[in-house]
Amino acid sequence: MPTIVVDVMPKAELLDPQGKAVSGAFARLGVSDFSGVRIGKRFELTVDGEVTDEVLAEARRIADEILSNSVIEDVVGIEVVE
Amino acid sequence: MTARIGVITFPGSLDDRDAQRAIEIAGGEAVALWHGSHDLDGVDALVLPGGFSYGDYLRAGAIAALAPIMAEVKDAAAKGMPILGICNGFQMLVEAHLLPGGLIRNAHQQFIRRDQKLRVENNDTAWTSDFSSGQEIVIPLKNADGGYIASESELDRLEGEGLVAFRYVGVNPNGSLRDIAGIANERGNVVGLMPHPEHAVEPGFGPDTAAAMRSGVDGLSFFTSAIAAVVAQAA
Repeated sequence: MPTIVVDVMPKAELLDPQGKAVSGAFARLGVSDFSGVRIGKRFELTVDGEVTDEVLAEARRIADEILSNSVIEDVVGIEVVE
Repeated sequence: MTARIGVITFPGSLDDRDAQRAIEIAGGEAVALWHGSHDLDGVDALVLPGGFSYGDYLRAGAIAALAPIMAEVKDAAAKGMPILGICNGFQMLVEAHLLPGGLIRNAHQQFIRRDQKLRVENNDTAWTSDFSSGQEIVIPLKNADGGYIASESELDRLEGEGLVAFRYVGVNPNGSLRDIAGIANERGNVVGLMPHPEHAVEPGFGPDTAAAMRSGVDGLSFFTSAIAAVVAQAA
């Protein structure tokens, strides 16, 4: 069954307290290869049937209007996975 | 007249009964409303109460902001009805775009509960007229997602237009930008804040004061302000 994957990330210029907390843990564990961590969300939308242009457009609409809040987040990816 | 103030209960609301009680103590009539209905029951004002609607899934307040009754809430806001969003209710108001900005996880990642000092920055709203400008008050704060954020330009606009209603004083408990605890819309009928005025309305159950333990009732003025606004509008 095809799946549409929507990726949402906190806006780059805004605080990401979760990423900051993980980044702090890296420092404590001696992991030094990564200077930052940002945490976002991945949504998997299951489609019954074919992913038509209309279905993809609807996925884009709900990604913008429901799955993300444009004040604090950006939709960074929408892709179809078979 | 007696002001009828509706309190909308959502799945996961916690402080709806406290808000109803605060309204009654302030001299109004509390009206219980339900998220799944399209009926505001002819109320004069509305409170969106605190809690963890839908377990804060997706984003705090996001799913509740899409509830059936929110269509009527948006219409009422546009017509100038006094609407107060407390904590989760504030999160719903920003998710419904009735107030600008957003609320994210507290900067320190922890749930926090404390008696919080605030400064009333704007006493020219439906919910703050019984305060004096610059008045400092103490009401309880309890949240996990209380960090207020907006773009720099939006923050400048809010400050420039006097739309910051409350600021944290002494301690910024959650990393809110520019110490913002609550904001109002341009018309002053819609106000949202993270701290809980409904928990500071009755001696014996409020924050400690210099006078006596648990005697703080600074939250009462929110509700008496709205009742006065409703009565003035009807006159």
